[in-house]
Amino acid sequence: MLRRILELLIKEFLQLKRDRSARFRLLVPPVIQMLLFGYAATFEVFNVSTAILDLDRSQESRALTAAFVHSARFRIARGAETQRDIRQAVEASEVQVGLVIPPGFSELLRKGESSPVQAIVDGTNSNTALIALGYVGQIASAFGQDYAQDLAHRTGRALGRPMVSVSLEERYWYNPNLNSRWFFVPGVIGTLTLITIVNLTAFAIVREREVGTLEQILVTPIRPVEFIIGKTLPFFLIGLLEVSIVASIGMLWFQVPFRGNVFVLLFGTSLFLLCALAIGLLISTLCTTQQQAFASNFFVLNPMFILSGFSFPIASMPQFLQWVTYADPLRYFLVIIRATFLKGVGLDVLWPQMLALAAIALSLLTIAVLRFRKSLD
Amino acid sequence: MTSESRITVDGLIKRFGDFVALDGISFAVGAGEIMGFLGPNGAGKSTLIRILCGLLRPSGGQASVAGIDVASDPEGVRRRIGYMSQKFSLYGDLSVVENLRFFGGIYGVPRSALDGQVAFVVEMAGLQGREDSLVATLAGGWKQRLALGAAILHRPSVLFLDEPTSGVDPQSRRRFWDLIHRLGADGVSVLVSTHYMDEAEYCNRIALINRGRLITLGTPHEIKARSVAGELLAVEAEDVGRAIAALREAPGVRNVAVFGRLLHVVVDDAAARASELKARLNALGMAGVRTERILPTMEDSFVHLVGRAGRSPEGAA
Repeated sequence: MLRRILELLIKEFLQLKRDRSARFRLLVPPVIQMLLFGYAATFEVFNVSTAILDLDRSQESRALTAAFVHSARFRIARGAETQRDIRQAVEASEVQVGLVIPPGFSELLRKGESSPVQAIVDGTNSNTALIALGYVGQIASAFGQDYAQDLAHRTGRALGRPMVSVSLEERYWYNPNLNSRWFFVPGVIGTLTLITIVNLTAFAIVREREVGTLEQILVTPIRPVEFIIGKTLPFFLIGLLEVSIVASIGMLWFQVPFRGNVFVLLFGTSLFLLCALAIGLLISTLCTTQQQAFASNFFVLNPMFILSGFSFPIASMPQFLQWVTYADPLRYFLVIIRATFLKGVGLDVLWPQMLALAAIALSLLTIAVLRFRKSLD
Repeated sequence: MTSESRITVDGLIKRFGDFVALDGISFAVGAGEIMGFLGPNGAGKSTLIRILCGLLRPSGGQASVAGIDVASDPEGVRRRIGYMSQKFSLYGDLSVVENLRFFGGIYGVPRSALDGQVAFVVEMAGLQGREDSLVATLAGGWKQRLALGAAILHRPSVLFLDEPTSGVDPQSRRRFWDLIHRLGADGVSVLVSTHYMDEAEYCNRIALINRGRLITLGTPHEIKARSVAGELLAVEAEDVGRAIAALREAPGVRNVAVFGRLLHVVVDDAAARASELKARLNALGMAGVRTERILPTMEDSFVHLVGRAGRSPEGAA
């Protein structure tokens, strides 16, 4: 069994060595796209998961909290009792914004002074962070204005005096300058890997089917599983290499910090690559020509990209589509890759994503292998 | 079926949905025998070969190859057979030797024996000096011999060739058949499908199949003698369409078929009918009519048998 897989491996790499255009497709587009995306612009955002820590526990602080709760812009994802709750929630990506209303908030307001509220923002997604902060500012200042008018009305003080305001004390975690490249670059790594590996796998198998060599191989004593392993293992290795290259560009050229553990990223990447290989294999069972494979890849990869949360925040999508995103392996890999790069968190935080990827990989591979065996009949 | 049988097929049936591709086929092939499968496109030749190679599961009946049942142990069958498909199927972007080493490895030829086997195949296929050429750069005849070589690297006792000579020039075809006869002499049983009538004559035995049924089976000589009931006249006439109509109505004529510029007419008595038919055509105003008694070819038998089976599928007449 090992011998046959080894022979297939040797053959694949020999063919790759000969095929200049395949080598080109393998290396040049990812590098160019990496540079393009790295320099490319920003885009818009919505509906932000939030945690509020109310340390003042006053009528005023509850009113401010209510203003956020009733705003469609924010979704209160969880409550918080201590500063630690906020930190954990942001770290685990449960929330993107943490609001802390400090003790003495109402006291300062009543005195007619400007009263600070602390906003902690997860900077790994610099787009969401920036837009979300804008909403926080709007809600806070609207609250401040209402309160000032109310106060003037009640105390009879002249409206000509400076208004009471809620001042924001902003803190960006992980990406203090909200550098959008830090957000883009890890995402591009995941997306590029998916596209390249799905394409390579699907094409390599469909080509053998089209040329007739698949049939020639299948009359040998090789088992379908051996064929699948021998055929996909090279692309698994190529996928790892590609992630390394693109990640190096991100770190060395775009100066994106890598704060996490390489092995956590490697583990996540491996699970993700298994998903990509399974998708490629699945496409190859549905197609008899390379043209069909090309069309199918387009139909599969585009939705995966859109639903991954790479460009469009999942929280802003209709509920139905949000459910669909749970089946998108890219969704989980983007969290893993951004979190290992920027937050430096480990398996203790990322295990749900790892588990989801493993489950998707396992089910996709099972379906792909079963379908592949059936397609031979 | 003797114990010598390398291939035994008994009542084999294959259905694709409602379509019956093989309808109860039975035959046996002995050691060293070269068996030809002749039939029009879609007759079921490829389906039969693919079942015997363990690529397709039979819907009914039994088939064993090299003593192994194809339905229960297709993998065991594949270990013992060589297969060459009608589509050229080696890797064009690998060299001659790389292709051979790859398939040798997949077939489990021991590493120690692989170099020797590769050298043997290169010599047999006449590819010396081209060992490092990319296969895509080889001419058709060379590719075909290389494909045959790749199929026998592991020294199988049974070889399946599915229309192996389609699209190859006559000289290369001749050379290819010499190779097949060498293999047969070494005891390899060869089952080859073809639609070249002249090639069928190179086989020890021929099975004629049409619409999934075995029409006849025998040596080329037997089939020719058996199938054409009567004697054969070649008739040359100008207006082929009118000539056919006229000849079909003539007494003593059993069948008329077009072969190039000639008409092949099956009659009860060639000597007696030749001048009668000529006179009949002359009477219709056709000049330059020539008739000649000929011996039936495989093509005559084929046309005759397939035509008969087509008209009365139950095999009467």
